[in-house]
Amino acid sequence: MTKNPFSPRDLQWHPPALHHDYRSTHLRAPQHKLLHMPQTETELTGPTFGQNDLGPLDDDLILNYATDGQMAQGPRIIVHGKLLDENGRAVAGKLIEVWQANASGRYRHVNDGYLAPLDDNFGGCGRCLSGADGSYSFRTILPGPYPWPNGGNDWRPAHIHFSVFGDGFAQRLITQMYFEGDPHIKLCPIVQSIPDETAIDRLVARLDMDKTIPMDIRAYRFDIVLRGRNATLFENQMEGR
Amino acid sequence: MSDFKESPSQTAGPYVHIGCAPQTAGLEQRGMGAPFGHKMIAGVTPGHEMTLDITVLDGEGAPVKDALIEIWQAGPEGSYAPTAQFSNWGRQAADLTTGQARFQTLKPGALKGQAPHVLVWIAARGINLALTSRIYFPDENNASDPFMIAAGDRAETLVAAKAEPGYTHVIRLQGPKETVFFDV
Repeated sequence: MTKNPFSPRDLQWHPPALHHDYRSTHLRAPQHKLLHMPQTETELTGPTFGQNDLGPLDDDLILNYATDGQMAQGPRIIVHGKLLDENGRAVAGKLIEVWQANASGRYRHVNDGYLAPLDDNFGGCGRCLSGADGSYSFRTILPGPYPWPNGGNDWRPAHIHFSVFGDGFAQRLITQMYFEGDPHIKLCPIVQSIPDETAIDRLVARLDMDKTIPMDIRAYRFDIVLRGRNATLFENQMEGR
Repeated sequence: MSDFKESPSQTAGPYVHIGCAPQTAGLEQRGMGAPFGHKMIAGVTPGHEMTLDITVLDGEGAPVKDALIEIWQAGPEGSYAPTAQFSNWGRQAADLTTGQARFQTLKPGALKGQAPHVLVWIAARGINLALTSRIYFPDENNASDPFMIAAGDRAETLVAAKAEPGYTHVIRLQGPKETVFFDV
């Protein structure tokens, strides 16, 4: 099995560790530059997960916390897309974990004291594996925006958190998905810590009427891209046969 | 610009536990399958069992109580092939009160050309791109390890302290003893 190194991470594309307008970074951003090192077996390998590790409702946040016969409250949505690498290849069989606030913008978490109500039928946790073609899908409800303490009048755009595994630990990624047309995207210091507008746009899911099910549920499309692999002579030879 | 550029990172935020460590969020599992990563050892294991206690400190020396910490390490034979008894991957949330995360694991064996080590990965509120570091052991010969050599006079920030029945390690995000974080 060949394990070509992953292509270098473009650190200018990601948000910098320190972003003045996002107050929590002030005491948590390392001051030294990251020390660049070549990848070893440690970074090229990573954990694997199988369908047997998942429960049948793990990809259905509308139902996976609901009492029998009930459902989470809020606009019903499918979130789907492809897990790809920078070479445009499907990243198959990898774990995608999601978490989010409920339709009122409240998290089911011991530390969230926002005054908006919890939903008895919504937990906000889901997960799935990418398919052979990299595709993934889960059902949930549209999360609400909510205020957060950042020294001013700050509101998060509606968002879903994503945690993604790749083939190697060097591909491990945490990010957030936003919704097309949300005016809070431009106002949010966390989103705007990403320096490039094009990069921000990659985190904005699009309404997908093709996958929307009439009289049932709307769909949003969100593709996730992990680091690619460096091409090597060996790989080129293999593909050339 | 390529359509296939890595998705930009965003912070895991303070409620990362809901998705990655639901027991810490106080979230019942209800319809979900079992959580992942909190147990690395099952049954009788061939290696040396140890605890690895990790605390992340911010620029004022306060524990980062909302941190999510993952480790990835070789087994006792220096291999990343999982076995029925040992998972090379572990995930723990920092304790919401103390900030400490405890892993119950096996001492890793050496990989070719490297001293025994644990990859450690940290996500939290205020961390825009999850941080990657390594943990080495004070009772091993780390002198010729390439990561330790590259870390130079900051290499000691990568070495855990002995604390029976295992080791304890402090990760400092800022300050004179700031831990070395890698771009790998």
